[in-house]
Amino acid sequence: MTTALIAEDEPLLAQALQQELTRAWPALQLLGVAGDGKSAVTQALALRPDVLFLDVRMPGATGLEAATDLADQWPAEAPFPLLVFVTAYDQYAVLAFEAQAVDYLLKPVLPERLKSCVARLQARLAQRGAGDQTQALEQAVAQLRQLIAPAGQPTSARPAPLQVIQASAPGSGGQTLLMVPLAEVLYFEAADKYVRVLTAAAEHLIRTPLKELLPQLDENLFWQVHRSLVVRADAIASVERDEAGRLTLRLRQRPEKLPVSRLYAQRFHAM
Amino acid sequence: MKIDWIGKLQHLLQTLAFCLAIATLQVMFQPERPYAPPLAYSLCIGAFTWAFIDLGRHLFPSAAETGWPPGWTGLALVAGGIVGGYFLGNALADLACRSFGWYEGSAPLDRAVELRNSVLITALAGIAGSYYFYTVNKSAYLERKMTEARRLANESRLKLLESQLEPHMLFNTLANLRALVSLDPPRAQAMLDHLIAFLRSSLDASSASRHPLSREFDRLRDYLALMGVRMGPRLNTALNLPPELAQVQVPPLLLQPLVENAIKHGLEPKVEGGSIEVSARRVDGMVEIVVRDTGLGLAPAQDAAGSRGGGGLGLALVRERLASAWGPAASLVLKGDAQGTVATLRFPAGATT
Repeated sequence: MTTALIAEDEPLLAQALQQELTRAWPALQLLGVAGDGKSAVTQALALRPDVLFLDVRMPGATGLEAATDLADQWPAEAPFPLLVFVTAYDQYAVLAFEAQAVDYLLKPVLPERLKSCVARLQARLAQRGAGDQTQALEQAVAQLRQLIAPAGQPTSARPAPLQVIQASAPGSGGQTLLMVPLAEVLYFEAADKYVRVLTAAAEHLIRTPLKELLPQLDENLFWQVHRSLVVRADAIASVERDEAGRLTLRLRQRPEKLPVSRLYAQRFHAM
Repeated sequence: MKIDWIGKLQHLLQTLAFCLAIATLQVMFQPERPYAPPLAYSLCIGAFTWAFIDLGRHLFPSAAETGWPPGWTGLALVAGGIVGGYFLGNALADLACRSFGWYEGSAPLDRAVELRNSVLITALAGIAGSYYFYTVNKSAYLERKMTEARRLANESRLKLLESQLEPHMLFNTLANLRALVSLDPPRAQAMLDHLIAFLRSSLDASSASRHPLSREFDRLRDYLALMGVRMGPRLNTALNLPPELAQVQVPPLLLQPLVENAIKHGLEPKVEGGSIEVSARRVDGMVEIVVRDTGLGLAPAQDAAGSRGGGGLGLALVRERLASAWGPAASLVLKGDAQGTVATLRFPAGATT
């Protein structure tokens, strides 16, 4: 039996989508509703639905972030859910969905549109039954990689490259500023509202989001390996692959291991 | 600097016409003398004076905006232009008259009287001409300024409207409405009423310049009712307007961007949601309005500067409207921490300027 999970933060819209789905696809078994991006990931991992309806704007994590987190944590042996993004209005996202042939619905969801979406999902599921299960995940990862790729930015519009990270010293109440040369930085990690800046000996917190830092870093030297991790390539000692196909980084000057997202894994292969 | 050469040619022709008129007048007063010399002098002095002043003013950086150097610089330019024009024009006209023999047949002249007359005529004509061009230039400048100001006002009105009728908000609201129609028709109708009032006030806000605070709170109630349907139990709202402040006049949708920011950046992205409270009170002859939410607080990089995500535009709008209604007497302070965000708005309780 085909199962589906809905991730939507607005209760009435979740209820309406459930109703419309029951009408358009009576055989579909609905597993429930996740009200935010984070519980969408945990519930999807626990329930392993065949189809996942993801609202694009949700608290906790956006639909796209939830999808990439899910792809990272998804067990290799299970078929990855078919994703359907749901959005009220987002021209750029819709263009990207079209370009990557990713299923999407526009709110309010109109019955005709839902019907054709259901037909396409059914056709994909029928196709998938015969094929290799890992293929679904690979395909989803390839699509998501394209969806999160930054829109091509002209090099002239780029801000000047960073040389020094300016971090306020902990406990100084912003009175003391530490100047950390970029050459000492091993990796950046986004944590809640801050970005952690790690050197061999110390950890600093800065407030500039990773998204704003990235264009100021040399992309050949600082590699994004995860939604929340940017690592200096020459600080990486080794990359290990586990049996599920997930990659882990070991650093030269720090003990912790860092996970590599499936979306960025293609960067690591032997020369 | 870009110089409008067609405009300059117009100025030159106007100047030459003016000089022609002066020469004609001179001849009319002294019909016994030949026509050519006064014409030559007038045209030469006029053309040089024009060139000095009209072209020279572009050499002053301070003239970049208005097209005319301000204050003493402008007067000095006119004086210098007239003196320079007089000597150069005189020299050229003298040369022309001698080489073409235009002086022949005229009676010997009294050099002192001649000098006095020509200096007087040049000075008067130069000042009159300069004053004319200065006035024309100034009114053109003022007109440009006014067009610019009108364009800016229209732009800010459009921005407000755009932020009000944000498509994401509209389509989500319509989707909720569509769901309610079959689930709960009376609630659907109530929601539609709020949407109608909200849309009407958004469109009207661009025309009315003031409305009572009670109406402003009604509009907030409409907006929060719409958001309440969308967010369900995740949103709690409280509006407190003391009756004695109900009639205070404020620019329409003054508070709207603050409430929208609280929802959009504070409460909507917070998994467990929270509450928003808008309250007004009178403090030391000032009206104080506080918008307090228990949302995510300000993003760290965007606190004091007052821009948080897309909220920057909304805050800029509020500041702009405060400034245009009460000038520096009004203020907006934004504070955010882990408990949420507090926006405090103060303005004089009396009449607006």
